[in-house]
Amino acid sequence: MSKELIRLRNIRMAFDDEVVLNDLNLYINDKEFLTLLGPSGCGKTTTLRIIGGFTTPVSGDVLFDGVRINDVPPYRRQINTVFQKYALFPHMNVFENVAFGLRIPKVEEQRDENGKVVSRRKVKLSEQEIQDRVMEMLETVSLKGFENRKPDALSGGQQQRVAIARALVNRPKVLLLDEPLGALDLKLRKDMQLELKKIQQQVGITFIYVTHDQEEALTMSDTIVVMDKGRIQQIGTPEDIYNEPKNAFVADFIGESNIIDGVMVRDKLVKMYGKEFPCLDGGFAENEPVDVVIRPEDIDIVPVDQGQLVGTVTSVTFKGMQYDIIVDFRGFKWLIQTTDHSPVGARIGVKIDPDGFHIMKKSQYSGMFGDYSSYSDEYDELSDVDAVDEDEGAEEERREEGYAE
Amino acid sequence: MRNKWLAAPYVGWMALFVVAPLVLVVVYALTTRDGSFTLDNFSNMMQYAAVFGRSFLLAGIATVLCILLGYPMAYFLSRERGRLRSMATLLIMLPMWMNFLLRTYSWVFLLERNGFFNTLLSTIGLPKLDIINTQAAVVLGMVYNFLPFMVLPIFSVIVKIDHRIIEAAQDLGANSVQVFRRVILPLSLPGVLSGVTMVFIPSVSTFVISRLLGGGMSLLVGDLIEMQFLGSAYNPHLGSAISLVMMVIVLICMGVMNRFGEGEEEAVLL
Repeated sequence: MSKELIRLRNIRMAFDDEVVLNDLNLYINDKEFLTLLGPSGCGKTTTLRIIGGFTTPVSGDVLFDGVRINDVPPYRRQINTVFQKYALFPHMNVFENVAFGLRIPKVEEQRDENGKVVSRRKVKLSEQEIQDRVMEMLETVSLKGFENRKPDALSGGQQQRVAIARALVNRPKVLLLDEPLGALDLKLRKDMQLELKKIQQQVGITFIYVTHDQEEALTMSDTIVVMDKGRIQQIGTPEDIYNEPKNAFVADFIGESNIIDGVMVRDKLVKMYGKEFPCLDGGFAENEPVDVVIRPEDIDIVPVDQGQLVGTVTSVTFKGMQYDIIVDFRGFKWLIQTTDHSPVGARIGVKIDPDGFHIMKKSQYSGMFGDYSSYSDEYDELSDVDAVDEDEGAEEERREEGYAE
Repeated sequence: MRNKWLAAPYVGWMALFVVAPLVLVVVYALTTRDGSFTLDNFSNMMQYAAVFGRSFLLAGIATVLCILLGYPMAYFLSRERGRLRSMATLLIMLPMWMNFLLRTYSWVFLLERNGFFNTLLSTIGLPKLDIINTQAAVVLGMVYNFLPFMVLPIFSVIVKIDHRIIEAAQDLGANSVQVFRRVILPLSLPGVLSGVTMVFIPSVSTFVISRLLGGGMSLLVGDLIEMQFLGSAYNPHLGSAISLVMMVIVLICMGVMNRFGEGEEEAVLL
């Protein structure tokens, strides 16, 4: 499980003068489900393309199984990719799409004990073997009976499965997935998330997955790499990333967070709003200014006289499982998720258990996130799919320029 | 439903200048000079089989040459970006902005016994070439005049191929030759087909090129038809019959080609 398979060492990437990746270091273990997570333009797709061989970094090394593969073209890497929007071959039916990689003769090299190539021969799979492997793979992705359909006669979810089958049939050591579920509707996306995870465990290879959807990342990954502005912000398991975010960016990007200015009085005691709160964190200097993260679900609403803090409810949104309420604490607005309804305008007290606090060192992101004053705007942005798409378009354009070179 | 009347002017135009002439051609082809019904015009045509054969052969050669010259050019153009591409596109289009007759005449001066090329050759001490008034000159004229019609449709199809599809092929183990053979070529066939249509049809029915560059030595169907209407052999009835047969043959050719285009694209050329 823990054998290292891919290592990116001091990777730097720039298109024209725009730095896309800045001194990126990352290793990826064999059989791991690793997700590169971040907003569009953070460099996650570029990282994936560097691993796939479609983009060559300006500097730095890409190692595969200990061998430097910077200059190895994509068709000679033991890596296959599921592309954004699938990129199926429109002139071939499902069977031929999946068989594409199998029909290409593989060059088998015979080496002597010094590693010198003694002979090369082309190995071609028999028609029967191709048939067997394609049908087996179509069964894995539940697409039996669709062999003769052309891609444009398939639904988005089916095209998605063809793209996965087409990549996996070559038995790669690593599968790269570039926002593969982005074009699917919510319900299908959730099903496919579980299915992808299942497939990954079944075939037992490394998956490197790119997404901007934090929930997707939390659901599927063994390891999450959170990226922003061409830098890795944090690497960890989903639990680590959620419970112990390293800075305000990660805390805000993964789930909902109230991030408040505070001072670490001493170990296990944090001060904010002029009051001291017991917490579980330590290892800071005495009276060090910090960012305090409080997850909306870790806050209990109590009567005013029992509250550690007292605030005014400014908005209530029914979310099905819970209410999202915005509470004003002296001008700073918190998001609290609760099953109890409190009317707008009510004065409420809140109580936070010591394990509800997470303390972070100050970073360049301090003060940028974690205030819910513009809560409704934020939701508008999230639902504005077109805005996201435009960003993607810009990223794609850059990519194409990269391709032309 | 008002909107359909917007098309009325064009429908009128079509009726007057496309449908009516077609009807006239059919009527003329099936009648004699005094207006009685006959099929003689068609049975008399056998004597011109050689002319038909030559027309299709020369147009076929010109079309193949256009593919061989035009496809690599279109492919190269599609990979280029920016100024080089627009420059090359401009150069391809440039001759088309000049009159067809002028362009063809200029070749006469270039290829003549004492024309530009031969003067050039004799200055450097090489023997003169007798290209003018040969079938080679006719093919040259066809290729020169119609090459852009091959390059542009192929270019516009290749340039629209999604980069990601090409990357997907590379990802699946295809080197550049295999990517071309299994992805780019089959996906560009529709462009080749429309290029073939746009080169072959004007080539097979031309009479200006064969007259000017062939010197009347190698008669093509176009010349034959022209002779029946405007020339010495004045016989519009025979001319109409030849036109009709020509049209039917071309339609059949195109029908067969398009059938190929819809089916297994890969099977056509591989």
